[in-house]
Amino acid sequence: MADETSSSSSSGSSYVDVSVAYVDAPIEVIDYLVVFPVIGPLIMGALCLMLRRSQHLQPGLAGITLAAVFAGNVALAARVMADGPVFMAMSRWHPPFGISFNADALGVFLALSASLVALVCTIYSARSVDSDGRRYGFYPFLLFLTAGVSGAFLTGDIFNLYVWFEVLLISSFGLIILGNAHAQLDGAVKYAFLNLIATTLFLIAVGYTYGLFGTLNMADLTIQIAQTPDAPIGTISFLFVFAFAMKAAAFPLNFWLPASYHTPNIVSSALFAALLTKVGVYALIRVGGMLFAGSFVTFETVLVWVAASTAVLGAVGALGSSDIRKLLGFLVLSGIGAMFVGIAVSTPVGIAGAVLYAVHSIVVMAALYLAAGVIGRMTGSFQLHDVAGLYRASPLFAALFLILVFAVSGLPPFSGFWPKVLLVRATLEAGEGWLTFAYLLSSFIAMIAIGRVWLFAFWRDARKGGSSSGAVMALDEGERRAYISPILLLVIVVVGLGLVANPALELAGQTAVGIIDPTAYITAVSPVLP
Amino acid sequence: MEFVLSLLVGAYFIAAVYLMLSRYVVRLLLGVALLGNGVNLLIFTAGRLTHEVPPVIPYGEQVPQTVTANPLPQALVLTAIVIAFSIFAYLLVLAMRAYQELGTDDTDHMRVAEPVDTPRPPTGY
Repeated sequence: MADETSSSSSSGSSYVDVSVAYVDAPIEVIDYLVVFPVIGPLIMGALCLMLRRSQHLQPGLAGITLAAVFAGNVALAARVMADGPVFMAMSRWHPPFGISFNADALGVFLALSASLVALVCTIYSARSVDSDGRRYGFYPFLLFLTAGVSGAFLTGDIFNLYVWFEVLLISSFGLIILGNAHAQLDGAVKYAFLNLIATTLFLIAVGYTYGLFGTLNMADLTIQIAQTPDAPIGTISFLFVFAFAMKAAAFPLNFWLPASYHTPNIVSSALFAALLTKVGVYALIRVGGMLFAGSFVTFETVLVWVAASTAVLGAVGALGSSDIRKLLGFLVLSGIGAMFVGIAVSTPVGIAGAVLYAVHSIVVMAALYLAAGVIGRMTGSFQLHDVAGLYRASPLFAALFLILVFAVSGLPPFSGFWPKVLLVRATLEAGEGWLTFAYLLSSFIAMIAIGRVWLFAFWRDARKGGSSSGAVMALDEGERRAYISPILLLVIVVVGLGLVANPALELAGQTAVGIIDPTAYITAVSPVLP
Repeated sequence: MEFVLSLLVGAYFIAAVYLMLSRYVVRLLLGVALLGNGVNLLIFTAGRLTHEVPPVIPYGEQVPQTVTANPLPQALVLTAIVIAFSIFAYLLVLAMRAYQELGTDDTDHMRVAEPVDTPRPPTGY
C-alpha cells in the first residue's frame, strides 16, 4: 500500500536503501500488459458514461476494449508461461512499499477466461440489451465489472484485493437492478446485503492481518506468516474462509445466489454466473492456499464437508427447479462444490483440478445462461413446463446445447472431463474415498437435471407438450447471428479444452506448483524482500 | 488506549450483528452501517495508536527521527469509508425502492423472486 517504515521498524533505526526500494529504470511498455486488463476497461467505462447519449457507439466501444483486453491477456499468459510470474510496481516503489500487480499462472489463467466471457457477453448483448438498459448504463457497468474482476485476479496486495472486490460488487449492483422489475428488486435486496456483509468480513480479516504482520503485500505476507508459526492466525484464517466461502456461495452461505441470479437480464446473469463466484474461489486459493498455507490444514475437515454438501445440494436443487435460469444457478453452486473439493484436498493435483474446473465453469456457465436466453426468446418462457419443440425449430442450437449438457456434467470429450479426472484422482490419492463418491454423485445428479432441460426444451414435440403448443418462434437471420454465434464461440472453446487438453492441463499444473511453492512468485515481486 | 478502543469495536460488532439478525430491512441497514464503522475503527486500532506525532520527515532526512503516527491505517480507513458510504447510499435507495414496489420491508414477505407456490418441475411428458 504505502510506506510503512515507521510502524515496522520498532527499533526506529532500520534504514531502507532507497536505491533498492525504488526502481530508477523506466517501466517497459510490455510490463503495462499486467495492468491493462484493469486500466483499459476503467477508462473505456468512463468514456461510455460520457457517451450516454450516443447509445449506438457503446456496444462497439465495449467490444473493442474487451477484445483488446483478451488479446493482451493472451500475450501476458504466453509471457507468464515462458518466463514465470510478471509483476509491475505502482509508482515504481517496490513492494512492500508500493502496491504491486502480479500476474502469475493462476491469476492470468483466470483473467484470460474472464475476459473471453466478458467479450462474448458483449457480443450477445449488442442485440439483447434494449435502449433502456443502455441508457441506465449497461456497458459502463459491464466494463467496470471486468476491470474489478481482472484487478482481483492480478493484484498483489490484499487490501487492493478488497478494493477490487468492491468495484466488481458495486458494478454488479448496477447490473442486477437494470430493468427495475419487482423480482429484480427482491433479488437485489438479498444479493446486496449478503455480499456486502461478506466483503466487510473480508475487510475485518484484512485489518487483523495488518495489525499482526504490519504489511499487506501478498508476497511479503507469505514470508512473514511462514516465519511466525506461533502467530494467532486461527481467527484471521477463519474470517477469510468464511468471507470467501460466502462470496463463492458455498453451502451453508449460498442462499443469496438462487434468490437473485435468475432475476436480471440474461446477459447479466451469464456474467455473474461465470465471474463473480469464481473470484471468491480464486481468493480462497490465493489467501488460503498460499498466504496461510500452514494454518489452512486446520480447516480441512470443515472445507471437506462444505465441498461435499455444496456439490450434492446444488445438484439436488437443480433437479428440483422448474425455472431453467434457477436450475442453472443451482448448477453454478454444484460447480463451486467441485472446486472446493480440490481446495479442501489442497494437494497439487487437487488445486490444479480446482483451477481447471474454475476455467471450465467460467466458459460453460456463461454459455448455458446465454443459451437459456435463446430458449426464453424462442418459446417465451423459462419454465420446464412450457418449453418444447426447439429441436425441430433449430437443430444447430439443439446440438450446441447438447454439447454444453455433456460438458457441464463432466462427460468426455468436452471441457468438464479433465478437471473431473484431476479431482477424482486428487481425492483418491488423499484417501478421501467418500469425497470422491459425493463429488461423482453430485455430477451424476447434475447430469440428470441438465439433461432433463434438453429433453423437455428440445426433444419434446411442441404439439405434444408445453403450454405454448406450437408457438416456437424461429429466430430470423439477424437474431441467429447475434445470439447463436456467441454461444458457438464458447462451445468451440469447450470442445477445444476437451480435445486439446494439454496446454490447459500444463497451465493448471503450473498454477498449483506456484501456489504450493510461491518462491518464484516472491522473487519475481521484489528484490527488497528476503 | 488500544484496549478501550478494542472494547468499543466489540460493542459495535455486537450491536451490528444483533441488528442484522432482524428480518426488517431498516434494521439491516442500521446494522450494516454500524458494522462498517466498527471495521474502520478496527483497522485504525490495528495500526497502533500514537499521540500527536504527525508522520512528517524533517527536511534533509531520509526517515522520521522519532516514532510517529502510522499513516497507512488512515489511508486504509479513508478508502474503506468511501466504499462503505457509497454502498450504503446504494442500499438506502434500494431499500426504499423495494419498499415502494413490494409494499413491505419484511424480508420474510419478499417472495417475488422465489414465490412460495412455485410449481414442481414436470416428471414426464
